[in-house]
Amino acid sequence: MQRSFIARNPSVLIFLSLLALFTLVVTVLSEGAGAGFISTSFIKTLGKTLCLCLIAVAMDLIWGYAGILSLGHFAFFGLGGYMIGMWLMYERTRLIVVDSLNQTEIPPTEAEVIEAIGTQIFGVVGSSDFPMIWAFADSLILQLALVVLVPGMLALIFGWLAFRSRVTGVYLSILTQAMTLALALYLFQNDSGLRGNNGLSGLQNLPGVTASQDIVSLWFLWASAFALGAGYFLAAWVVSGKFGSVICGIRDNEARVRFLGYSVEAYKLALFTLTACLAAIAGALYYPQAGIINPAEIAPIASIYLAVWVAIGGRGRLYGAVIGAAFVSLLSTWFTGGQAPDLPMGVYTVKWVDWWLVLLGVSFVLVTLFAPKGIGGLFDLIPTKKGSEE
Amino acid sequence: MRQIYAAALALLLFCVTALSAASQDTQDARAIQPLLQQHQAVIAKSSRKTIGPVIDAIAASGLPQAQQVLQVWAAKDMWIRKSDGHFFIGEKVGGKTYRLTDFDSGDVVGEFQKGDLKQLKPNSGIRALIATALVQFKLTDPDPAARADALQSVARNPSADQLAPLRASINSEANAALATQKLRLERLLTIRFGASDAERISAIEDMAGDLGVDLRATLNPVVTTVREATPTLPDANIAKTLTVGEDISTSEAYALLVAAKLAPAPVSDDVIRTALADHIDGGRVGDVPVAQLSDPAQRTRAYEALTNAGKVAPLVGEADIAQALANHVIYDRYLDPSAAVTAAAAKALKDIEVKVALNQTLDLGLDALSLASIYFLAAIGLAITFGVMGVINMAHGEFIMMGAYTGYVVQQIVPDHTLSILIAIPTAFAVTFAAGVVMERLVIRHLYARPLETLLATFGISIALQQLAKNIFGTQARPLTAPGWLDGAWMMNDVVSISYIRIAIFVLALIFLAVFLFIIKRTRLGLETRAVTQNPAMAAQMGINPGRVNMLTFGLGSGIAGVAGVAIGLFAKVTSELGSDYIVQSFMTVVVGGVGNIWGTLAGAALIGFLQKGIEWLNPSNTLAAQTYMIIFIIIFIQFRPRGIIALKGRAAGD
Repeated sequence: MQRSFIARNPSVLIFLSLLALFTLVVTVLSEGAGAGFISTSFIKTLGKTLCLCLIAVAMDLIWGYAGILSLGHFAFFGLGGYMIGMWLMYERTRLIVVDSLNQTEIPPTEAEVIEAIGTQIFGVVGSSDFPMIWAFADSLILQLALVVLVPGMLALIFGWLAFRSRVTGVYLSILTQAMTLALALYLFQNDSGLRGNNGLSGLQNLPGVTASQDIVSLWFLWASAFALGAGYFLAAWVVSGKFGSVICGIRDNEARVRFLGYSVEAYKLALFTLTACLAAIAGALYYPQAGIINPAEIAPIASIYLAVWVAIGGRGRLYGAVIGAAFVSLLSTWFTGGQAPDLPMGVYTVKWVDWWLVLLGVSFVLVTLFAPKGIGGLFDLIPTKKGSEE
Repeated sequence: MRQIYAAALALLLFCVTALSAASQDTQDARAIQPLLQQHQAVIAKSSRKTIGPVIDAIAASGLPQAQQVLQVWAAKDMWIRKSDGHFFIGEKVGGKTYRLTDFDSGDVVGEFQKGDLKQLKPNSGIRALIATALVQFKLTDPDPAARADALQSVARNPSADQLAPLRASINSEANAALATQKLRLERLLTIRFGASDAERISAIEDMAGDLGVDLRATLNPVVTTVREATPTLPDANIAKTLTVGEDISTSEAYALLVAAKLAPAPVSDDVIRTALADHIDGGRVGDVPVAQLSDPAQRTRAYEALTNAGKVAPLVGEADIAQALANHVIYDRYLDPSAAVTAAAAKALKDIEVKVALNQTLDLGLDALSLASIYFLAAIGLAITFGVMGVINMAHGEFIMMGAYTGYVVQQIVPDHTLSILIAIPTAFAVTFAAGVVMERLVIRHLYARPLETLLATFGISIALQQLAKNIFGTQARPLTAPGWLDGAWMMNDVVSISYIRIAIFVLALIFLAVFLFIIKRTRLGLETRAVTQNPAMAAQMGINPGRVNMLTFGLGSGIAGVAGVAIGLFAKVTSELGSDYIVQSFMTVVVGGVGNIWGTLAGAALIGFLQKGIEWLNPSNTLAAQTYMIIFIIIFIQFRPRGIIALKGRAAGD
């Protein structure tokens, strides 16, 4: 089965090889490995980009294959980040607190340690008590499980509510957007238990790890690459089988699939939840590299950008999503980071920091209008060797 | 003759004052100098204790100069001429020379050397007495504005001695509005400072049911209580005796005892920790090794060992606390000693609270109505483009923003605010109409068959427009100022009020509704729009040009969004993010209300507006939470009415 799957999908093997090669090359050239051609901050950017590619794969599954334009997948991404962030922040603060309390003459009691951690973490929102949701923050295993469980449950409940009442098309898009907006607004409150708009910070420091950021960033790059590879493989496997055929059928004609006797809602719900979990894993790997997570990350705009990446990359083909996410997000970093050279045009100098979003918006309209297949559509042209572009 | 007479007075002041005053009175009944001379010694060596009757005598003299005398005195400008002891207004003219002016005639008496004079320097206590005495003059000042000022200053800093002058000034008050204010202030001052309980209670009853904030501010201090603990219940105005465990927690009750020094303070964990740290002896504290002190039980054991050795204060156990609490009573005591007054005040406050609650509900209703009209305004353009045409226009919010910026630009050119708004509304309509038509021509018409991609393409336009606005106008908020006659608020009473801008927006929303209904139901364009929406092919057969109709309809929806932008810009800051703040709510409004029906949009806006205000009322400190819960409610609401409140049925429903 497995062999035939790979054999039937040569693009998966090509992709995985390219990903492995990319990771190897970047590792060899990194500061951590001693070569120093690629700075640690750029390694982190690349690692984060791999995570964004993973959530783009999830987006492509739900939109490109099942035709459900979810404008809320960054909610799951952010929740995944929050779940791992809770452990990172708790554990790191605990080590610091225990260290400083041990300096005193009397060894601290358990209650004193907990209270000191609480004061450290929640001092910014004027509290020192641990909210209920931090109950498992002291256990890495449980918190890792929550990375998948919490967004998965949210997706399951939301999807069940939405699909059973047959909300489809643009209505579902707006509803998912409302979901992520509601979550963002909720987290913005100081008493949400997750430090309000301060978010969780200092996530780049792994508790108990003394290795420098040069090394740690490489670990995360490898983990992100592995997650992307595994996620890509899983997604490719899912869409290549019977399940994938039903999903595509739903996209093309939902009523007909229902009349054939398939439980359309169950298929949609399963896929929606699966992609939410993929998004959460991507988020859990992304935010330790970003170092900080706050509710602004899951504002509706983020999820719309996700749709933009997938659309530009090319929907309905997994590598298209990866290309789109990598291409647009790296380009965006380049333009907004101020590295792009200004473009003098006589009386007016175009500063890319200001004009990049205009360019992105316009090119997005153009892609939607004239190249619905996106960048990935270029690959269709290769075997036929016809012309250059549409 | 007069000079000599006065000189004699200075010597024989105490024996002949009555005689001299009498004779002076006959000489000049309108002069104040004799009165001052009568109290010369007391004024010259004034102290807070003795001066009271003199100030009262001056104030009560009824002489027109009395006010001036008091003011000059308080301002330290009153001087005594040493030669005869007379009082004058002193004014420095240079060096050590002062020019003296007579109080009675207002004439300059002459210029004198400082050595011949003595300045009166009343201390702060005396100045306060003078200020109080001056109140009555200010309250009866011929200028109504001065009287209003005086009333306000009394209302701001009420004190007991202002009551009498206030009462005295009421009868002579000619201005009806000021008379009402004076009467009201008199009642309020009586509640606080009335001489007898009966007087105060009758004042409270007079004001019963009044909604004024000032009344509540007066009554609340009357019913203020302090929480105290004593061994036995004192004979005082007790509001309530508290039962430990029910009305007050054990730890709070014990803290009261500790604060009143009726019981020893409990030993806190921090104190134990410090005590243990202070008594480490060879790696052990009271036989317990330091390493084991991370266990709370071991800490207690070590501390008790220290206690037994007499080195630290003993722990206060639960039994001690219970015993201490059993030996004391804890109660709330009214600061006001009179039980009858506090009872009357409490009852009046309770009645007021009921009325305030009713009025607050009304106020909340008005707020919700105004929020609903804002949402309606923001959504009505969408109701056309999304509801009628089925086009998802994510750039709708940016059309609102464009309208607001148009208003701002017009205001830069036309400085008159009323005129500029009148110009801005059609201009904003024209600008956004044009933008909508261009967008429809270039983008949307190619995507009618692909609604999801319309969403994405219009989103692309949205981010481009937002960034363009940022590039042109910068990131800081631009003001769009409402005309002056829209400033302020319509105050029904102290609780219910609504700003005129919100009323204007409500009216505007009604106008929009009427215009929309007129266009869709009564005009050729509306008829054609409905025809094209229901069945484009059939409409085309009938000679309607669907492309043109779609273009105009989209332009109309965008234009209305632009006008809404001017209205929203009047109360919200105009930034490039103005539109995106409203886009999700606008879509919600349309979806919740029911797509394709203007009444649905109206119902949706009303539901969302009232819901949001209602949730905010439950949790007033937190508008973020209100929005969260509202969105969750809407998600659940969609479960039960997936097609909105007012759902189209049959073929009109489209799919």
